Amino acid sequence: MTTYFQTFFLETYKIFFLVLPVLTAVALIVWLDRRVWAFVQKRRGPNVVGPFGLFQSLADALKYIFKEIIIPATSNKIIFILAPIVTMTLALIAWAVIPFDEDLVLANINVGILYLFAVSSLGVYGIIMGGWASNSKYPFFGSIRSAAQMVSYEVSIGVIIINVLLCVGSLNLSDIVLAQKNIWFVVPLFPMFVIFFISALAETNRPPFDLPEAEAELVAGYQTEYSGMMYAMFWLGEYANILLMCAMGSILFLGGWLPPIDIYPLNEIPGYLWIITKILLLFVLFALVKAIVPRYRYDQLMKLGWKVFLPFSLFYVVLTSGFLLYFDLLPIK
Amino acid sequence: MIVQSIFFYLFSLIAIISAIMVTVSRNTVHSVFFLILDFVSISCLFIMGGAEFLGMIMLIVYVGAVAVLFLFVVMMLNVAQQENEWFQSKKGEKSSSSHIPVGFLISVIIFFELVIVIGGWKYKPEITNNLNLQLDIGITNTHSIGAVLYTEYIHLFQISGMILLVSMIGAIVLTYRKREGLKRQSYFNQISREKNSGVELVEVERDKGIKIDV
Repeated sequence: MTTYFQTFFLETYKIFFLVLPVLTAVALIVWLDRRVWAFVQKRRGPNVVGPFGLFQSLADALKYIFKEIIIPATSNKIIFILAPIVTMTLALIAWAVIPFDEDLVLANINVGILYLFAVSSLGVYGIIMGGWASNSKYPFFGSIRSAAQMVSYEVSIGVIIINVLLCVGSLNLSDIVLAQKNIWFVVPLFPMFVIFFISALAETNRPPFDLPEAEAELVAGYQTEYSGMMYAMFWLGEYANILLMCAMGSILFLGGWLPPIDIYPLNEIPGYLWIITKILLLFVLFALVKAIVPRYRYDQLMKLGWKVFLPFSLFYVVLTSGFLLYFDLLPIK
Repeated sequence: MIVQSIFFYLFSLIAIISAIMVTVSRNTVHSVFFLILDFVSISCLFIMGGAEFLGMIMLIVYVGAVAVLFLFVVMMLNVAQQENEWFQSKKGEKSSSSHIPVGFLISVIIFFELVIVIGGWKYKPEITNNLNLQLDIGITNTHSIGAVLYTEYIHLFQISGMILLVSMIGAIVLTYRKREGLKRQSYFNQISREKNSGVELVEVERDKGIKIDV
């Protein structure tokens, strides 16, 4: 019995030291997002609270905590309260399988990439529940839009993952990183990386695909009726999801914790610094896209997902597998 | 082993209770949410049994895609209407209780099928042993499912894929109809538009205006 308690406390300790940095990173990443956005538009962005405005997110969080939570009288109360909790939880549990270094991973499971894919596909429920339970027109439209959008882009992300898995021969995330020792997958699979990046934008409801919360048409989409800490939880979950997509991109295509070239000064730097650098790099790209690209129309979004990305990534699966088969490079014989 | 059995009974209990709630809850959307809970707890049971691939596929396919589409359809229905129609029969209409015999028949059939399958597996284990499947303990179950599915059962696998494809095409053909007066965007026409065909300089007579026909 004592061994059970030991394992329990050890795992809780590990989880604590994973969740705390992730939440801190989310707070800082919101600041970074707003700063990048401001610099592109020749503004200053948040620069008042703390050095360079670094504590802006903490100040915002404090404000959200002290605001009143308003639950609409006609809403479905249980589901209304459950929705932000679901979003937040799903955004956090996915980090359990992300490897930060060779051994620095909470759960090194065999089907890591499937777990990530499953959790990111569950993310749509927070939005649907929030939109439906609000019992109001705008949130409902937002959630319907997002359901269709996320299901569509998941398909292309799934096919892109198949491309990578063909080159790896394993569903384990550490194996995927180690398979990139010689060359990062971004080089041979560059078109897939581009499509993955754009699909990740759509999957996390980022501009130019933020139609579920298009403020010009739907006020704030599924978040319209939320206030105070519940709104903040949606917002935190959203950014944690964005970070997660960046982490997924850096593991699948940018070689995870591996240095760019395996030479002396670079391979002395610890792996978690490399993966954090890659995640940040991808995130700055996310922020730049938000600042420079106008929003898509809904039918254009659907057309892009189903008629462009899906056929192209399917074609690339055939191409990759044909190439691997012809040159006898398949990882599992 | 104690902790494993505690979690096993916990997940099974959640699965059974949510399965019951799917059928008895008054709100259709709540039913779908209970169905999702049921799927999730069943995939937890799969993972506990060591079939992590099946558990994850269960989550991705059923929870991530099928249940979303369910929810999508159910949410479109009128909420106030759903709650009444199914439990209170209107005058002159058939009440929902007329569906009960059919539902009862189907559940009895499914129950006996389960009894036959489990009974056969329990008392005649040699039925399942003649499949000539070699189980290799050393490889992951993702690998072993793939090794069986794409070699021994490739034809069945492809036939089931074709059936799904045909039913999908059938559904699209049945519901597709050309609507009149629909404005579509053609990228080619937009890009290939020239100044001569798009812009025209017109002398407009004062107080008369001009009629523009598009």
